[in-house]
Amino acid sequence: MATDSMMFVFLNACIINNFVLSSFLGICPFLGVSGKLSTAWNMGLATTFVMFVSSLCAYGINLLLIEFQLEFLRLICYIAVIASAVQLVEMTLKKFSPVLFRALGIFLPLITTNCAILGLALFQTFREYNFLQSVAYSLGAGAGFTLALILMAGLRERLQLSDVPNVSQGAAMSLMLAGLLSLSFMGFAGLGN
Amino acid sequence: MTTNTSAAHSEVKLKSQPDSMDTFLRGIWQDNPVFVMLLGMCPVLAVTNSVVNALAMGIASLFVLFCSNTLVALLRNFIPKQVRIASYIVIIATFVTVVDYVIQAISLDLYNALGAFIQLIVVNCIILGRAEAFASKNKVGAAMLDALGMGIGFTLALLCLGGVREILGNGTFLGISLFGENFQAWSVMILPPGGFFVLGAWLLLFNWLKERKDMKALSPDLQLAETKN
Amino acid sequence: MTVSANNNSESSGQQKKSETPPPVQNLPSNTVMIRALGGIATIAGVIIVFVFQFTQPYIAENKRRAIEKAIYQVVPGAVNRTSYLLNEQALMLETEFNESESSGSSTVSQVSTETIYAAFDASGKLVGIAMEAAAQGYQDVIRILYGYSPECECITGISILKSTETPGLGDKIGTDLKFLANFIALDAKLNQEKTALLNPIETVKHGRKTADWQIDSISGATVSSNAIGKMLRESTKKMLPLLIKHLHKIIKS
Repeated sequence: MATDSMMFVFLNACIINNFVLSSFLGICPFLGVSGKLSTAWNMGLATTFVMFVSSLCAYGINLLLIEFQLEFLRLICYIAVIASAVQLVEMTLKKFSPVLFRALGIFLPLITTNCAILGLALFQTFREYNFLQSVAYSLGAGAGFTLALILMAGLRERLQLSDVPNVSQGAAMSLMLAGLLSLSFMGFAGLGN
Repeated sequence: MTTNTSAAHSEVKLKSQPDSMDTFLRGIWQDNPVFVMLLGMCPVLAVTNSVVNALAMGIASLFVLFCSNTLVALLRNFIPKQVRIASYIVIIATFVTVVDYVIQAISLDLYNALGAFIQLIVVNCIILGRAEAFASKNKVGAAMLDALGMGIGFTLALLCLGGVREILGNGTFLGISLFGENFQAWSVMILPPGGFFVLGAWLLLFNWLKERKDMKALSPDLQLAETKN
Repeated sequence: MTVSANNNSESSGQQKKSETPPPVQNLPSNTVMIRALGGIATIAGVIIVFVFQFTQPYIAENKRRAIEKAIYQVVPGAVNRTSYLLNEQALMLETEFNESESSGSSTVSQVSTETIYAAFDASGKLVGIAMEAAAQGYQDVIRILYGYSPECECITGISILKSTETPGLGDKIGTDLKFLANFIALDAKLNQEKTALLNPIETVKHGRKTADWQIDSISGATVSSNAIGKMLRESTKKMLPLLIKHLHKIIKS
């Protein structure tokens, strides 16, 4: 598989270098909202959506910045664009799809401080992806984030019914589980060959 | 009347030595941003595969936290409430850009090792959290102390992880070989899963210590209650 | 009950009076908000531009030193270097390219252009060309710099620019001396017409190397070794015929 094909970029972001489990992006929501399967699903959906929108915006902004040789303003521009993109997505959803808006609820504003979004914008710039690759990359990253969140939520729902020592309850247990998940995702490395 | 006295009292307390000391120490131990508040997890896990990276990341975050806290505290009466978050983010992003260029100027190897995580300091919840929760409500001096305490607490936590991971995963500390040639390095520790495992183990240790302390604190009371009965 | 409630409201009223400023600041006008944001943006701009100006020379110096270190590593005996840009149509000095770019008469940027580094020894003689190559490794893309000597028509060394291969296994591609010995004189001869490689570079299983154009892979790091072989094969296939066409320009200058 060619390394710059869209399919490869998608798979790379989704499973080979999963955003959460091997690049450590978006750990906070990963530990925070993976308690229940249904919320995990909604959060994943919302994040994927925002990732897609802000990836497109970041691509455009980067072209502009390079045109005017203002690369040193990249970080400020990206963070401003992401914050506004989240607001915009929120308002659009409220107006045109109240059902989806209610389903996503509190998760939308939380996404602004999710480092996976800014990470996506920065990585796609460093890797010099073109427009279509950026689209594939953002969708892959979103799918990977959702996948990790859902797997974790499933595990934690089962865990509530099992007998865990007092000391290891809470974050410590979640981190150990995440470590095991991350270990198993390492098996996907070398997929492109 | 009571509110007045308590306000005056707290003002006195703020100026006195033990309270500012408390502001400083709280971030290092009692409210450690990583081990207690579980904030800023992404850099904690991502760049702690060696002690040098962990130290660099800690110092970079400390610098950003200190500068942004100071500036936010200085401007706290100038920034209207409605646009405060936007202002804080611009201030933080400025100092992160500064750190980004300074690290590039100091060492490209270090810059490549830390990768995008330097720029991702912007979205580190600790920094925005301190700006919003502390610096926007307190005097410049207190905000500086708070930033120093939190920053040092964060750096120490990074070093705890980085030290364990480098020693186990590479057999070295700060690049100095510890166990000689025959040491079979435990590579998984410097790979992503190792980050999760080591942080989980540290939290387990702290939970265990806390539980033991609680038990000890509880047991004299129990004994007392028993003797009374 | 009522008394305490009264007391509460009274004290909170007092607090409000003494602590909160006049109501104008409670609901700031647009000008106040714009002034605040504008002021902060100005401060931010001044700080960033100042630091950018101050650090830029150091960063450029660091980058130059890093790339020169890699070049002198892959081309033994080199002490000097010049950057060229090479594409299907032409070869030109990087400085020339920058000038044509700024004057707006650029034709080169339309096609894919690669930067190559010509390395010279102390007497000014061309000893080799350093070029970049990249391919997907085990974990992520590996990028290397390799040296090519037109004299022996072979690859003279590689240097890893970026890799995130597994520590202890895949990252041996940059440290394993036996593996790196493959690239001291890796055959990359062109055919008679100078259009393609006589023997494409290939990676073989550990210990099965029989010919000069084969790379003996590291056991336990087959995927990473294969990636090196693949990137060299593809890069030499594309770049060497182009390079040979324009080589006289570099030697003359």
